[in-house]
Amino acid sequence: MIRAVLALIARDLRLSGRVGGSGALSLVFFLMIVALVPFALGPDLNLLSRIGPAILWLAAVLATLIGLDRLFQADEEDGSLDLMTAAPVPLELVVLGKVTAHWLTTGLPLALAAPLFGLLVALDGTAMGATALTLLAGTPALSFIGAVGAALTASIRRGGLILAVLVLPLMIPTLIFGVSAAQAASGGTVPFLVPLAVLAALTLIAAVVGTLAAAAALRWPE
Amino acid sequence: MRLSVDNLACRRSGRRIFANLSFALGPGDALAVTGRNGAGKSSLLAILSGRLRPDAGRIDVADVGEASLPECLHAVGHRDGLKSSLTAGENLLFAQRLLGAPRLSPHDALERLGLGHAHDLPVAYLSAGQRRRVALARLLVCARPLWLLDEPTAALDTASQAVLAELMADHRDGGGLVIAATHQALGLADAAELRIEAAAAAPVEDVQEEWA
Repeated sequence: MIRAVLALIARDLRLSGRVGGSGALSLVFFLMIVALVPFALGPDLNLLSRIGPAILWLAAVLATLIGLDRLFQADEEDGSLDLMTAAPVPLELVVLGKVTAHWLTTGLPLALAAPLFGLLVALDGTAMGATALTLLAGTPALSFIGAVGAALTASIRRGGLILAVLVLPLMIPTLIFGVSAAQAASGGTVPFLVPLAVLAALTLIAAVVGTLAAAAALRWPE
Repeated sequence: MRLSVDNLACRRSGRRIFANLSFALGPGDALAVTGRNGAGKSSLLAILSGRLRPDAGRIDVADVGEASLPECLHAVGHRDGLKSSLTAGENLLFAQRLLGAPRLSPHDALERLGLGHAHDLPVAYLSAGQRRRVALARLLVCARPLWLLDEPTAALDTASQAVLAELMADHRDGGGLVIAATHQALGLADAAELRIEAAAAAPVEDVQEEWA
């Protein structure tokens, strides 16, 4: 059973690197948004470093949406999803495997690249580390929440926009605690660990609820 | 394995497609499902593979241990489940790891269908007939007792049709079951035929309440 899920993750990672996969695209999109902000706000370094974590988090939320609409749709269209329902593995584990692969190709690279991109918004060392840590803890929640929308829109053509409208409001709590944790690290009344713990809890809740809900949405009869 | 289907009915978007379908298959049996376009051949296969819920009736499986029906069948249909950017070998290896019960290696399975040279080619480069043969090679990489084939000869040349007939005969000799929806003779010896007639569909009276 574990072997089947590992095979699924390996296949999705391989697909994202091939032609038509979204591979490094979300990372480039993340960089674009972060790079645009200083142009829009002007070279006010104090302002930039104050809102820097918020910009990185907003960019991460938007970059997560890249490739999310194809998460289940691509498999639904070519019949791979039928193959997965015929596997001796519960659909929940299939969803878990696919979301893990999605996070490994979007959330994880974003979190790792965040310190570097923090330079563009004039973050200091502490804030860079804190933002990267909060992204590492929070982006899985974004992937799991997104998976529910992806499963609901799997059989709708051009479902990308509906998907964004469906899942963005659900990502708000993650965004709030992600940004407040990142800002708490560079001074403030709240200790860093409190919002970070809430963020980690949100990720765990999203992992359970998102997996079950996405699998239920995929099972929904025509 | 044994499969028995009793009084099966199918309804799609409020319309009754067929009703009162019954058949039973034992080890080595084959069933050719025929009928005009839109009669519900693919819907029947979709119900058997668990993608569609039947409107009425029951499906019983015996002699397969604890496996559910979708776990003991292979379905090959119009949507072939192949990823265009992966090679034929990678596609089959993935299917083998996902479905379990490995039998032939991907290379041997492709060789059996005369596609050994395509092992390292991305599926996107293959023709429709070659793609179909890669999908059929999936029948060989994992051992599963029931084969559900939807128009398996579509896009296949005569040589490949003969190979397919051979594969089905081997599968049945080993106690396997074959259900094929088709318009053409498949070379299935002494196969039962199930014809889904338009007349079999009950007159549609209750459409309105579905939408009410």
